[in-house]
Amino acid sequence: MTTAPAPIPAVARRSRRAVGVPRPQKKRRSSNAPRKSWTFTIVTGVFLLYSIFPLIWLLINATKSQQDFVSTFGLSFGGSFAFWDNIVEVFTAQNGIFTRWLLNTLMYVVVGAGGAVFLAVLGGYGLAKYRFPGRNAVFLVVMGAIAVPSAALAVPTFLMFAKLGITNTPWAVIIPSLVAPFGLYLMYVFSMESVPTELLEAARMDGASEFRTFFQVSLPLLAPGIVTVSLFTVTATWNNYFLPLIMLKDSAWYPLTIGLNQWNQQAYIAGGTPVQNLVIMGSLITIIPLIVTFLLLQKYWQAGLSAGSVKE
Amino acid sequence: MTTATQPIGTRRTSNTSQRKHRRNWRGWLFVGPFAAVFLLVFIAPLAYALGLSLFANRMIGGTVFVGFGNYLTLFADPLFWQGLWRVILVLIVQVPLMLAIAMFVALALDSGRLHGSNFFRLSIFMPYLIPTVVAALMWGFLYGTNYGLVGQLNGFFGTSLNLFSADWILVSISNVITWTYIGYNMLIFYSSLKTISPSLYEAAVIDGASEWQIIRAIKIPHLRGSIAIATIFSIIGTFQLFNEPSVMQKMAPSVITNSFTPNIYAYNLSFNSGQQGYAAALAIVMGLVTVIIAYVVQLRGMRTEEGTN
Repeated sequence: MTTAPAPIPAVARRSRRAVGVPRPQKKRRSSNAPRKSWTFTIVTGVFLLYSIFPLIWLLINATKSQQDFVSTFGLSFGGSFAFWDNIVEVFTAQNGIFTRWLLNTLMYVVVGAGGAVFLAVLGGYGLAKYRFPGRNAVFLVVMGAIAVPSAALAVPTFLMFAKLGITNTPWAVIIPSLVAPFGLYLMYVFSMESVPTELLEAARMDGASEFRTFFQVSLPLLAPGIVTVSLFTVTATWNNYFLPLIMLKDSAWYPLTIGLNQWNQQAYIAGGTPVQNLVIMGSLITIIPLIVTFLLLQKYWQAGLSAGSVKE
Repeated sequence: MTTATQPIGTRRTSNTSQRKHRRNWRGWLFVGPFAAVFLLVFIAPLAYALGLSLFANRMIGGTVFVGFGNYLTLFADPLFWQGLWRVILVLIVQVPLMLAIAMFVALALDSGRLHGSNFFRLSIFMPYLIPTVVAALMWGFLYGTNYGLVGQLNGFFGTSLNLFSADWILVSISNVITWTYIGYNMLIFYSSLKTISPSLYEAAVIDGASEWQIIRAIKIPHLRGSIAIATIFSIIGTFQLFNEPSVMQKMAPSVITNSFTPNIYAYNLSFNSGQQGYAAALAIVMGLVTVIIAYVVQLRGMRTEEGTN
């Protein structure tokens, strides 16, 4: 489950709303707002607890030293408060390799996911707003690609890249990340919905070039859709495991996911020193940026999602 | 994805006269860059894998052409069938359970009866943002029988539950997948529920429909399209199962074998035993199986939709 795509939009048949404009909140069932129920809240709360329980466990155990981790109860605090010590140790262990992994991950996200969003926006817009020879063929092939398991391609891609001599370099991770068929499809739907063709005609009448029209007229209209696609593409790239696992041998190019797993495996190697306190603190540091980003941008992606969601 | 291809058809028929004169190559300016990279990282490896699957590495003679030999070997390979059976088991037990929970939570949020529904939505979605590696590590620590939570509880209750044993391992792995993707699927369903026209509810209330009847007659039929899509993505994900068992392999070495799932098998075939041709054949068969099953599910989803509309 490496590159789970973003939640799915299908075609909006009813919506006449521009993408990203939240619908008026009060409109719905204003006459008979349902009563809140504590019983129902608690029943559903079981699933809430299930979802956050491992994260609470992670937070608690991030405060423990390796010694406390193996000797104290998982859901209680240890004898010492090693939270800050663990942070320092994560960033200083093995000459600060964690910082290197963090920077690698950032690079894969900025170049890989950034490039993927750029290509998907251009492509989705092109498919939505132009009629050109081969358009239907492109559309069908890309839609088919969504159903092809990316793992089926990983091994042949590795062998191809090995022939080109680019395995064990960042390119081997970045280049396959550049293609997001699902992102392209999302941008196609967003472009259909939120860029009126009449507006483009008007811009052309005024003598604007195709790219100028795209950047000055269409791009601002597509912004909420782009935020949504970016967030989900960034998540897939940030969390990617299978692709870098196959492509990279040198730990200097590892992203955080591979590095953390390597640290964890030290506990299972004969003669290895377990550093589970570092694995746990490293995991915490790995997950925080994405959670913060999603929380800060929730208005945008939630609007983008409902604008592109299935409306049968 | 038929839901996807529909707009082309509808758009074209409604706009043919207006658009015909604009049909030219300009669109390629926008689609070209994507298409070029797509050719390199999608079409080329696919073609390469097809070619590769017709060759085998022999101890003597090196790489030799074997035609469909790899495929025949694969269909007679018990390790392949055992792995495939494991992912199918996960598929028929874990996926429906996960989607049912996701749908329950989405309906609960949509009912407007929960206190703090925004907190609910964001918290239940949060696991989706956690990398599979971290999810598998966290749950792996919790499952641990030595100093993990399960071990501590065993010590407390005097039990000897081992979630890494052969009997439990699929349940343990399914739990990690369920945990990660409930929120993601919940969000798909929830976004879809939000698009139901309020006038529909008003009409139902005027007719004296109960909350339950509204759920059964309006909301669940409305979700059919999203359920089909969520099912398809879950199938694709399950057939690719790799990360969770791969991370947990060190914790349950004798149970999670090198052919535990088809994908793990393909990985080990090509990287540990140098049988790239055989691995390519396996990858292609799995790709075909996935596409066919996804296609069947989609057809069924569509048929029921047509039936109700």
